[in-house]
Order: sequence, then C-alpha cells, then structure tokens
Amino acid sequence: MITDNNSAVQFTPERVEKAKEIIARYPEGKQKSALLPLLHLLQEQEGWTSPEGMDYVARMLDIQPIEVYEVASFYTMYHLNPVGKHVIEYCRTGPCCLMGGEEVYAHLKQRLGIDTGQTTVDGQFTLKEVECLAACGMGPVFQIREKYYMHLTNERVDEIIDELSK
Amino acid sequence: MATKILTEHINVPGIETFDVYRKQGGYTAVEKALKTLTPESIVEEVKKAGVRGRGGAGFPMGMKWSFLAKPEGVPRYLVCNADESEPGTFKDHYLMKNIPHLLIEGMIISSFALGANKSFIYVRGELMYVIHILEKAIAEAKAKGFLGKNILGSGYDLELVVQPGGGAYICGEETALLESLEGKRGNPRNKPPFPAVKGLYQSPTVVNNVESIATTPWIINNGGEAYAGIGIGRSTGTKLISASGHINKPGVYEIELGVPVEDFIYADEWCGGIRPGHKFKALVAGGSSVPILPANLALTLANGEKRLMSYESLSDGGFATGTMLGSGGFILFDETSCIVRNTWNFSRFYHHESCGQCSPCREGTGWMEKVLHRIEYGHGHQQDIDLLVDVSKKIEGNTICPLGDAAAWPVASAIRHFRDEFQWHIDHPSEATQPGAVYRGEMALV
Ligand SMILES: Cc1cc2nc3c(=O)[nH]c(=O)nc-3n(C[C@H](O)[C@H](O)[C@H](O)COP(=O)(O)O)c2cc1C
Ligand code: SF4
Ligand code: FES
Repeated sequence: MITDNNSAVQFTPERVEKAKEIIARYPEGKQKSALLPLLHLLQEQEGWTSPEGMDYVARMLDIQPIEVYEVASFYTMYHLNPVGKHVIEYCRTGPCCLMGGEEVYAHLKQRLGIDTGQTTVDGQFTLKEVECLAACGMGPVFQIREKYYMHLTNERVDEIIDELSK
Repeated sequence: MATKILTEHINVPGIETFDVYRKQGGYTAVEKALKTLTPESIVEEVKKAGVRGRGGAGFPMGMKWSFLAKPEGVPRYLVCNADESEPGTFKDHYLMKNIPHLLIEGMIISSFALGANKSFIYVRGELMYVIHILEKAIAEAKAKGFLGKNILGSGYDLELVVQPGGGAYICGEETALLESLEGKRGNPRNKPPFPAVKGLYQSPTVVNNVESIATTPWIINNGGEAYAGIGIGRSTGTKLISASGHINKPGVYEIELGVPVEDFIYADEWCGGIRPGHKFKALVAGGSSVPILPANLALTLANGEKRLMSYESLSDGGFATGTMLGSGGFILFDETSCIVRNTWNFSRFYHHESCGQCSPCREGTGWMEKVLHRIEYGHGHQQDIDLLVDVSKKIEGNTICPLGDAAAWPVASAIRHFRDEFQWHIDHPSEATQPGAVYRGEMALV
C-alpha cells in the first residue's frame, strides 16, 4: 500500500517513487527487506523516526507495526526522539581517542553548552556519541547526516559549528 | 616495487568513473570470465590462488565457494559484507569510495561463479555517501551492458542491490547480516545450518568481505597460480592494512603478506615510524577484537625471529605470545597510552554492540565494562583483575556467535601482558586518575 492518504506522516511524491523502486529490488514476498532502507528514507524526510512514520512504513510493507519498532530500536542510526537540525554523531572509540578524540569532544561539548544526548536550546544541534565510523586513521571524526568531518581539532570544531550556525 | 593487486590504479584521477576504470584495464576480467570460462573453472582459479577471507576469519574463499549447496530450482545468493565496523578497520571504506568499479567487477565475476542472479552489497548505513557512489557506478556498469539481462550476450543475468545497514557492529557477523538484510534485528543465527545451505531467504548463500571479492578480477586476469606466488606460505597475495594510532602516516596500505611488522611500522613506504619523540608500547594488529601485544612481542617471535605480517606469523605462539591478522586494523600505541583506559573503551564497545541473545555475552560484556570503568576511575578492588579474567573465560566459547570471544580477548590479553599496569591503577588510585597520568613502571618500550 504505497499511497496512504490517512497517515499523519507521508512521503513526498518523489520519496513515494523512491520507496516503490526500493521495494521492487527484492524477490516476490520478501518486501520486508526494504525496511531498513525505508526507515532511512523516513528519517531523511522527517529528521527523526517518529511513531507515526513507523506506522506508515509498516502499512507500506504490509507488516505489523511492532516489526518496525523492534527493528528501529535495535539499530543506533534511527533517532526515536525528535532531534536538532544538525545531529552530531561523534566517534568515541579507541583509535579516535588515541588521536585526541576525548579532548576535542570535551571542547565540542563546552562550545555547544550541552552534554551527550542533549539538544541546544535553539534546536540547532543534537550531540550523540557513536562507535567507530570506519575512518580511524583520519580521527578524531564525527558525522552529520551523510558527511564525515575528519582530522578534528578544537579550532576545526569551532569553524564547523560557526559555519553550520549561520 | 611491491605488487599492488587492489590499489594499483586507485590514485588515477577519475578512477571512480566507468570510462577511466575501463581504460585502466577494468572489466576485462568480466569479459574473459563470461566469454571463455565456466563457473567451475573460476572456482578452481580462486582455490588455486589460496586467497583467504579478508573480513577477519581468514577462511579460504575457494573452499567456501565449493561448499555452496546447489539444489535444483532454488536461487543462490552472493552477499558482500561491507559492514566494516571493527574498531581500527577502514580499508573497505577506502576501497569502495575510491575505486567502486573494482568491487562491482569482482561481484559480477563472483556471482557468475556461484550461479547467483541477484547479489547484495550490505554497507554499514553510516557510509550512505559511499552507497551513493556504488549505486552510481552500478548504473554506469548497467548502461554499458555489464549488469542486467544477458550480460555481454553471454545469457547470464545479474542484478546488484546495495543495502544500507542501520548502525550495528553485530551485523558484520554473517548470519546477523542476513537477518538484517531480511529486514529484521541483527541477531546472529544458530549454526548449523550454515549460510552455504540455508542463508538469505533460506536459500544457499555465500557471504564474503569487500576485499576478498575485489581480488577476483586480478585472479581471473593473471591466474590463481600467479596470485599464490605472491605473499608467504599459506598467506597468499596482498592485504589491505588500515593503520591508525601513534604513527607518522596513518592510512590504508596494500602490502604483500610476509612483510616484517617492523618494516611495516618504520618504513617510509608504510607507517613511517612512531611519532617523533615517542616510543612504541603496544600493538593491536588486526582490529579491536584480536589480542593486544606489547611492542617486543609484536616485533619478534618467542624464538627471536622477526614477526611478519601474515596469518601464521602473527598467530605464532598462540595467545600466550601471539595475536591474529584479523581484519588488518593495525592500531599502534605509544608510551602515552593507558592500556587500562583503552581496554575499558573497547569493553564499552562490545557491551554496547552485544545483541543480547546469550547471557554470557550480554551480562559478561556489561560486567567487564563496569569493572574496567571502576579500575580506570580509581575505585578498583584488589580482586578485580582476577574477576575480569574469570568473566572473560566464562564468555569465551560459550556464545552463539564470535562477538563473545571478540569481547573477551582484548581484556584477557591486556591483563596477560600489562597486569602491572592494572595493579598500579588499583594500588595508586589518586595518582592514576590525575589528568594524563600513565603507568611508567617497568615495561619493554621500543
Ligand atoms: C562480531 C563480528 C563482526 C564482524 N564484522 C565483519 C565486518 O564488518 N566485515 C566483514 O567482512 N566480516 C565481518 N565479520 C566476519 C563475517 O562473519 C564473515 O566471516 C565474513 O564476512 C566472511 O567473509 P570473508 O570470508 O571474505 O572474510 C564479523 C564477524 C563477527 C563475529
Ligand atoms: S555472542 Fe553476543 S552478539 Fe553474539 S549472539 Fe550472543 S549475545 Fe549476540
Ligand atoms: S575509532 Fe573513530 S572512526 Fe574508528
């Protein structure tokens, strides 16, 4: 059921097309395989993975809502609560720490005035700690949506935050 | 010049496009395979090459392929493991981002050899930008007739699907990956049945790492014997090593297996030595899961010979004095590193990433994280070191999947080789918790 006019959350027409294309990738009867990609599509549009959005995806794939919730809560990339405009996902794993990751993280927290898991009052930034992002030689590293920011220093962090705050 | 099998053309401008890749000899192996070879003969060449799985376990690829069940009328699948989440490992990221067509060419050859008409590349979701690069490359290859129906008029059809993960290290474990690909939580399956018999959608499936699959174009072009002629002993061919930590030149290097560890660290061609003014303390040679070694054991075997970058040499001495090549995630620690802190950090990782199905792993990783945290933060008890060893032993070998072992080994090995450092944290909590404090007692720095 691709068109679902009663849902509080709906994909844009382009995303409906994209969703159809994704579902068609899998063999007959295996459309549940589209779940992770569709949740990414949902989060890309809504900014987070909302309950209404998950119900919409469940109807689209003709599966039970619980099958969507249990998946969305298992994987770390799906934000199950509203987040700020920019979600900073900061690598906290060993190799990045060797490159000064912990010191730079302390600076970032101070700069934003928030702790891990919090959002700035202006709603601009949410801070999350994540595990190794497969960029260990270029650490310290964080990610905002699809973009990797590497070789971080306190100065570089300030520049990035200044740029994104504009 | 050392032989480069995967990265020879990686710095050619535009190599991410079909045309430039083709100009550098790309896709000739697909032509050769589809026009002149049978699937069986390709499996034979891969067997002859002796290439071992590059995802971490080192299982011979040709042998894995020959185990694939082939019941009539049931589809078979090839799934490429591009989940790359083992701390210290960033080689597949590098390869896919820079030279996507190499993986696609490898996928076509490997799928043809296995008789798969739909194959998947499962990429960790964080690498969405790499997924776009792969999808673009796939579209190009399709437009040129190298994918889709009746490839190059051979009668062979293949569709490639790039699947994003959702952020979960455990989905690198092959059966968890298959669950995830079916749209479920990434809980590893009980084995048997193995994926070769019942894998994706309960059909026979081969799962191979990105780097493993990327060796096949070279093997088809040059022959399995030529591949087996590179490297050392049963460690044939080349390996991508992703090097990080306190070295002058972190990055991804393609080495012929058999290079001395010492050369890999100090030669300008590779890591370029330890950062100036510092000394070599410890090495994790193959990703966070493998045992950590002190510098002297990393460089030399128990019998005094130089240790080499090969499956056999790195594991020489068992866990008493050796480690493993693993995924090739090479993490070097200098004397400013605190082994206790790093061990706690890795423990936190495994606790966070445990899927929670088996109690030894779910509970044990939590215990280890908690005990290591209290030692690191100055609240360690005298019996904590033995407690950690005990918990690690209770996890090891008692779980559904190897994540349990992967969590136990870093802790057990750190205590085996750096016990005094743990003891120092317990005996001198106020000193040990000063900012930047590191154990400076007796140890072999190089
Ligand atoms: C916890 C865990 C994580 C793993 N992560 C990866 C991974 O990210 N990439 C990978 O190729 N193999 C990973 N593996 C190994 C796979 O289970 C499997 O052995 C491998 O993909 C097979 O490919 P290969 O034979 O070509 O190495 C992991 C294994 C475990 C137990
Ligand atoms: S060992 Fe850990 S990760 Fe593996 S199945 Fe058991 S609980 Fe899950
Ligand atoms: S440890 Fe930070 S990217 Fe790997």
